[in-house]
Amino acid sequence: MASPTPEAREITLNGLWNNNPALVQLLGLCPLLGVSNSVVNALGLGLATILVLAGSNLVVSLIRHQVNDAIRLPVFVMVIAALTTCVELLMQAFTYELYQILGIFIPLIVTNCSILGRADAFASKHPPGAAVLDGLMMGAGFALVLVVLGALRESIGQGTLFANMHLLFGPVAKSWSVVLVQDYKQFLFAILPPGAFFFMGLLIAVKNIVDNRISEAKKATQDKPSTGSKRVRVTGTVS
Amino acid sequence: MEPRPETETNTSAKGLMLRAASASSLTLGLFAALTVGLITLTWVFTKARIDDQIRQAEIRALEEILPRADIDGSALYDNDLLKTRISIPVNKQLGSRTTAEGYAAFKGDTPVAVILPVVAPKGYSGAIHMLVGIKADGTLSGVRVTNHKETPGLGDAIEIIKSNWITVFSGKSLDNPQQKGWGVRKDGGEFDQFTGATITPRAVVLAVHNSLQYFEQNRDQLFQQGLKQLKQTRGDAHGQPDA
Repeated sequence: MASPTPEAREITLNGLWNNNPALVQLLGLCPLLGVSNSVVNALGLGLATILVLAGSNLVVSLIRHQVNDAIRLPVFVMVIAALTTCVELLMQAFTYELYQILGIFIPLIVTNCSILGRADAFASKHPPGAAVLDGLMMGAGFALVLVVLGALRESIGQGTLFANMHLLFGPVAKSWSVVLVQDYKQFLFAILPPGAFFFMGLLIAVKNIVDNRISEAKKATQDKPSTGSKRVRVTGTVS
Repeated sequence: MEPRPETETNTSAKGLMLRAASASSLTLGLFAALTVGLITLTWVFTKARIDDQIRQAEIRALEEILPRADIDGSALYDNDLLKTRISIPVNKQLGSRTTAEGYAAFKGDTPVAVILPVVAPKGYSGAIHMLVGIKADGTLSGVRVTNHKETPGLGDAIEIIKSNWITVFSGKSLDNPQQKGWGVRKDGGEFDQFTGATITPRAVVLAVHNSLQYFEQNRDQLFQQGLKQLKQTRGDAHGQPDA
């Protein structure tokens, strides 16, 4: 409540790039590395995470004045767990096939630290509108990294892209599958968890290179560095 | 400081703490009740649909396990599988923990096949639920996984949408391969394991083999029960020619 609510543009930039939960905060790595072996898995879990994150941010923001500091964490956890269970039930009811693929990783959304992190660091201090936007953008940032990782690992590991997309989008998507290399011998390293760490590291490195270029370009045009890069640290602290 | 005020502050501090604690527990309790209520509501709202979805998936799977058309194009069986259910008591060989439902296929009154619900309890992440189709002569017509929690990308290759591994069972029986061959290659058997996942296919192979043994021991009883069910459903359409 002490800090002023940031503007929509800043919240969006924060979630997608500056303070990306996967690339900068390194939160929620377990599901991130676990299901990023194909685009369809990554997208499925990404969407479910966005839903839970936006929902929990909304609820936490609404109840932020009713819950005192001593019990705020258990209450947040209860809210997140309840929402995840509801999403799981709804997915089972309406997208049964997708639920079947993602299996254990749906209930594991509860353990994604970025959700509790956003509830505590942002939603409990800001009004509902900003909190929902923050949830959506943080979720989108997470999902984006998931999908990029999924695409990298699927193409290098199995030589295909967008295979099995019909599980998420119905029969229309059956033709979306792209075979990049015919008779590709699987490159197991990319499919297994160690490969996930490797590609994740590459993504973080690429982000840092881009950030460095941006700040250098800014230095060249301005005498003093702008506050842009400092903001990352200010909003990035997660208690 | 004087002793008196100190004791006073002590008691009031204690009282304050108690009040704060009880207020906190009340809030916690309230949220526990609210969240449980939310889940219950969602569960009540979705339960029928989820049961239906599971059933629908099963129907689709049934026709895959036991294709209606025989090799020569004629109908392999002519009854409605979903109306010819057989109840299968708790059994260790099938891995079941509750009474489960199977299906029996007939052509006229001649037993053709059964589809048994089988659980492989030793999957990598818990039980793997399957349907196993066994023809009257003891050969497998097909196996499909209906529900599992195996690792995506590794163990989930048991699903037909991920790989066609599960189709290797078609045509197999207790004599083909012999007892020794009923295992994954790593254990000296003749079924392939997956790269990175041995536990999942091992559990499935074991469960399928167990179900074949169960069928051999309970064959007659299963078909008798099926036939009784079949005649009961036919009862209302008595006058019609039985095709």
